[in-house]
Amino acid sequence: MSVLIDKNTRVICQGFTGKQGTFHSEQAIAYGTHLVGGVTPGKGGTRHLDRPVFDTVHDAVAGTGADATMIYVPAPFAADAILEAADAGIRVIVCITEGIPVLDMLRVKAALTGWGAGSPPVLIGPNCPGIITPGECKIGIMPGNIHSPGGVGIVSRSGTLTYEAVFQTTQAGLGQTTCIGIGGDPIQGLDFVACLALFEQDPATQGVIMVGEIGGSAEENAAEYIQAHMTKPVVAYIAGVTAPAGKRMGHAGAIITGGKGTATGKFAALEQAGVHIVRSPAQMGSRMAELLAA
Amino acid sequence: MNLHEYQSKGLFERYGIPVPKGRVVAAVDAAGAAATELGGGRWVVKAQVHAGGRGKAGGVVLVDSAERVTAEATRLLGSRLYTRQSGPEGLPVESLLIEEPTAIARELYLGALVDREARQVVFMASAAGGMDIEEVAASTPERILVTRVHPAVGLQGYQCRRLGFGLGLDTQQVKALQGLMEGLYRLFLGCDASLVEVNPLVVTQSGDLIALDAKINLDDNALYRHPELVALRDASQEDQREAEARAWELNYISLDGNIGCMVNGAGLAMATMDLVQLHGGSPANFLDVGGGATAERVAEAFKLILSDSKVAAVLVNIFGGIVRCDLIAEGIIQAVREVHVSVPVVVRLEGTNAAQGLALLAASGLSVATAANLSEAADKVVAAAAAPRA
Repeated sequence: MSVLIDKNTRVICQGFTGKQGTFHSEQAIAYGTHLVGGVTPGKGGTRHLDRPVFDTVHDAVAGTGADATMIYVPAPFAADAILEAADAGIRVIVCITEGIPVLDMLRVKAALTGWGAGSPPVLIGPNCPGIITPGECKIGIMPGNIHSPGGVGIVSRSGTLTYEAVFQTTQAGLGQTTCIGIGGDPIQGLDFVACLALFEQDPATQGVIMVGEIGGSAEENAAEYIQAHMTKPVVAYIAGVTAPAGKRMGHAGAIITGGKGTATGKFAALEQAGVHIVRSPAQMGSRMAELLAA
Repeated sequence: MNLHEYQSKGLFERYGIPVPKGRVVAAVDAAGAAATELGGGRWVVKAQVHAGGRGKAGGVVLVDSAERVTAEATRLLGSRLYTRQSGPEGLPVESLLIEEPTAIARELYLGALVDREARQVVFMASAAGGMDIEEVAASTPERILVTRVHPAVGLQGYQCRRLGFGLGLDTQQVKALQGLMEGLYRLFLGCDASLVEVNPLVVTQSGDLIALDAKINLDDNALYRHPELVALRDASQEDQREAEARAWELNYISLDGNIGCMVNGAGLAMATMDLVQLHGGSPANFLDVGGGATAERVAEAFKLILSDSKVAAVLVNIFGGIVRCDLIAEGIIQAVREVHVSVPVVVRLEGTNAAQGLALLAASGLSVATAANLSEAADKVVAAAAAPRA
């Protein structure tokens, strides 16, 4: 079992024939992802990586039955790409693109939340490594080889820290059900709480590693949710204890303002909620192994 | 990206938000001329730096003669201003805003920013103007009025009226506030701002509203669609190393410690700094070399880290995903040779081709210590930084 994606997920790539789109599509195919085609406006009817190219996402859905997309289009066009995927009925939209203007995402978020008929699509990202169900489906830029199928769900705001958690759980022999990089932007799609709820409902997930960072209050909200609803053990690490206030540490979301959003405050909220916090990023896997062995 | 007060006020005027009459000058001679041109007998001389708290630091002065304007200009131009927000090194004063004085009856606060929780632009207003709004929020949150704007419908009249009557303004002033807020909202969207602040927003003795100060932060991600705003960037107000890093697409922020850190990925970079501290050391910087780290960029990153004379040891922490560790190792070797790195370097490589990378480092003959995991890397670099220099 897994969450959101599995071996039956039919994936397309938006920005398919670009450099990034091509490279990561090749990687996804090599991993065994069911990549059924892609979209590049103006190149519809041609083939790329031995798969069909379409002018629009609507055409791609009609032609391939795709239900997930990975977006690699440049930042100025990313908001448009997300909304196109939603309008075409894509269920899981993974936006890898970094550097989308905040006001663009604010409008996208409002549009997705108030989506007309049916349930709104799931947006993962933007500015994220993507989502992977080891051994079944890889949608994103993460290195496939460090993953292994297993029982830990991983959700993270940071790319390379996700890999760190994955690597440590693989080393510990635990493996992963699904790993979700929710991205480092201030306005994002799926949040911690939504991912935790998915992992809680997934029978194969035995425990969850949550990797947060400074800025915003997503971790505090997660703490509340975990206390009220989670039966599975959660290990949490928060990056940015040493970050100075008011400075932006790479991720637009990682900025502490007005004394809110500090790593110390987040650790405290999680600890109070009964979450198993680790102060060192080197201990995420070993702490989970202890908990699952107990 | 941050703007100066005079640049922000220029944008305010363009969006119909009233500001005091003023002139910006960069030379002492021009200061006296600007005062004469503005007329009247009193002027406010305001140092233009990217930091709040200028008044208390002597950067804003009220004078009553053209000679005094010249004297203050002589004192301020070319000096550094040390405010509670400027950092210990202060900020250079390269321009002044000379303004006509305003007869103040009340000082209010008005600000707009992106509320990431609500995912909307939020307006905040307070009758406690002229004060540090973070302090007001912490000590008397009930004195801050808040209204959020739905992106689909935009700012509505009722929202402005709620804030206006809440601030105790009369009917005419509430109308003026609505015009001002509508202007601010158009500016916010039109310039892709992340923060716009008017502190104080003044009610003059004749009952008019006017923006006495102006602060605008812009969304860096949206600058590509505002070339006219990019031109307003003042590099003198930014950390030199941070500006240089940006030119190389490196993400660098200098800190106070002595252990230089070079990491791929923002989250891992922060985690590495935390780990250094957890193991008893103190990080000298945040540095994310990014996903597409090349040998050249690794070399530039080394130069940047070592340009900080406090650095006594360097920790390189790379989790190779798409980036191959053997390429990173080549970059490190090239950099250590080119840049003549004289401080101890500890390297932890993990992920794609890590074994090849470590083998390259071992074969290079350079005195680069390697570490098998995160904890060992932190221990080694902290010990190296603490050891007396040869």
